[in-house]
Amino acid sequence: MAAEAPTTANEYILHHLTFLSNKEPRGIVDFSVIHWDTVFFSVALALLFGGSFYMAARTAKAGVPGKFQNFVELVVEFVDTQVKDSFHGTNKLLAPLALTIFCWVLLFNAMDILPVDLLPWAAHGVGIEHLKVVPTTDLNTTFAMALTVFVLIIYYSIKVKGLGGFAAELTLQPFVAKNIVLKILLIPVNLLLEIVPFLARPISLSLRLYGNLFAGEMIFLLLAALTLHGAQQLSGAGGWALLVAQFALALAWAIFHLLVITLQAFIFMVLTIVYLSMAQEHH
Amino acid sequence: MNINLTLIVQMLVFIVLIWFTMKFVWPMILGPMDERSQKIAAGLAAAEKGKAELASANERADAILREARERAGQIIDQAQHRANDMVEEAKGTATAEGARLLASAKEQINLEAAHAREALRRDVAQIAVSAASKILEREIDPKAHSDLINKLAAQI
Repeated sequence: MAAEAPTTANEYILHHLTFLSNKEPRGIVDFSVIHWDTVFFSVALALLFGGSFYMAARTAKAGVPGKFQNFVELVVEFVDTQVKDSFHGTNKLLAPLALTIFCWVLLFNAMDILPVDLLPWAAHGVGIEHLKVVPTTDLNTTFAMALTVFVLIIYYSIKVKGLGGFAAELTLQPFVAKNIVLKILLIPVNLLLEIVPFLARPISLSLRLYGNLFAGEMIFLLLAALTLHGAQQLSGAGGWALLVAQFALALAWAIFHLLVITLQAFIFMVLTIVYLSMAQEHH
Repeated sequence: MNINLTLIVQMLVFIVLIWFTMKFVWPMILGPMDERSQKIAAGLAAAEKGKAELASANERADAILREARERAGQIIDQAQHRANDMVEEAKGTATAEGARLLASAKEQINLEAAHAREALRRDVAQIAVSAASKILEREIDPKAHSDLINKLAAQI
């Protein structure tokens, strides 16, 4: 941070939370704005996942597998088991979707383990002012994935149950009535009770992932801000104590964060599987 | 934090990535995995079958060995019988041959004895004639008295 080094912790953190975007957004929703850093890292990680798994798939053979093929098969089998545990139909999309979600989100989250200043510092070297390296700390990413899953839920609900069946599921339960008048009277109540959790799915799915990763990044930033002023702060014994505390806490948080990273990727995948199998099962 | 064009771009990237995984990654990894598990299952079945075959082959080999041993015993018994028979037969033959040789030797001896007796008789007749002629001091015509002499010789 040579040119315009942030002087307070507040400035430092705000600097880190600013996206590399084409312009300042006006309002909460502004579709003329794009976050170049999020797009860049998500595409790069998509290429990493797709490329490495494609290489493994291309050379995959039924004989004795190599080390990398073994690893890829481990992941694939893990995902396949998860899918088979909750979904008993046949669907060509579900398992690859789950694999994509798990690996992609895991790679996104893993970016959080990189030292918070490493890539922004490198970017600063080539003249890029702001850089957020963890795509899952961008609500756009998690919401894009959740929204895609949501669209798939609706698509499969209608495909399997028909438009009428899907509508009936939303309006004729949980309160069931035999009488036709009572049935009609219960429709608004049922719709209200069903539509809220239905719409809450993509929101909770995206906010859970975003919240966890954003909080994790924030902790890393706070720990990094402990020794913000570098050498001049290290003059006294207190400065050294801060440095040691920063190291110990950052290490502990990074180790704990490994769990969060994996768990959040896993939860996103499992919930997607569950939602999509619910969409394709008759009640 | 705001919602913007990034959302749309991320959705597109996500959809393309899902499509790519579905098309090029998932089936090409799961296919060989299934194939391998089938191969392993087949290998295990073949091993099981091979074990069973080995057991039955061992059983067969045992049976053949037992039969062979029995046959060998029988053959040895037969051979011993044959040998005994042959020895007995040879003994019989030898006894008969011995008896025959003995008989022929006896006959020869009798024949020799008869010849000797004949010669002796002739000699004695000669001697008697010459002795008589010496006693009578005259020549006795051997032709005229051969009849007499022969009678004498036969009496000896």
